[in-house]
Amino acid sequence: MAKIFIYPMTSLILSDMVARFGHQPMGSALAIRERIQTPSVESPPLQITPEEPKKGLKYAAVEVPSGVRGRMAIMGPLIEEAEAAIIITDADFAFGCMGCARTNELLKDLVRNRAIPKLELRYPTSEEEGDRFVAAIREFLESLREGG
Amino acid sequence: MKEYRPILVGTVTKYVFIESSKFTPEELALKAYEISKGMMIKETCFGLQVTGMPEEVNELIGRIREFDPSHIFVKDRGFPPGDPRRCRANLGGARPGFHGHEYEIPLLPYVSHGLETPVERTSEPMKVQRKEKLDIWTLKRKMEEA
Repeated sequence: MAKIFIYPMTSLILSDMVARFGHQPMGSALAIRERIQTPSVESPPLQITPEEPKKGLKYAAVEVPSGVRGRMAIMGPLIEEAEAAIIITDADFAFGCMGCARTNELLKDLVRNRAIPKLELRYPTSEEEGDRFVAAIREFLESLREGG
Repeated sequence: MKEYRPILVGTVTKYVFIESSKFTPEELALKAYEISKGMMIKETCFGLQVTGMPEEVNELIGRIREFDPSHIFVKDRGFPPGDPRRCRANLGGARPGFHGHEYEIPLLPYVSHGLETPVERTSEPMKVQRKEKLDIWTLKRKMEEA
């Protein structure tokens, strides 16, 4: 079982596909769960304390907004831990109330620069594309299993 | 500053989405209750939320998937159900994660179709070619040639 970084990190489809084919999806829920289940100082809504933007300095410079660094403190360790990655390139919904465009750019850049197997896809818009979408994920995840 | 005491420590919460013509979320919730061992199960408009210890939840999810494997989708959730920081009963409006689900749920029938299509009948797997960006040296050469 390999740890697969998924982008968008909240994707239902990718999370399900990865788990269905026997691997562990590395989505944002894991990091959020860890934070909200750890006793500390109350800091709603996500238990992001002033410590997180400091930890985010590992991934982004000090002049980068603290929102980006705070997000990177959650998501960066998941990228480091991941053994492979699946990225959906046209996930426009990951920007806006769902997330931060600059963090998303940084996340994708970090993943693309890591020497791990990567698969880039688009969301399916028809049944035929759905077939090709699932086939690509199945082939990618099975190749990871064969590769050990 | 106030001390934070987490609840349901050590548990996991998973969303179960159902996009099936065989079951409604209500029927799935009843079936899940029958096979669960005292886990917290919450029925929603799109399926269920299951909360419990990781091994128990994984076992239950495995059995729920068997009801309609290609039309039941599962993902992790960070917060437990009803958490006042996320539950729309306290906040009003849509739960933030709803917008992601709203985008992806209409695409689930295509994914279900892909899961039901035998591998040998599938055309070539999807490949996305990234557009190569113009590098500065090529730009410089083109400017000098012009």
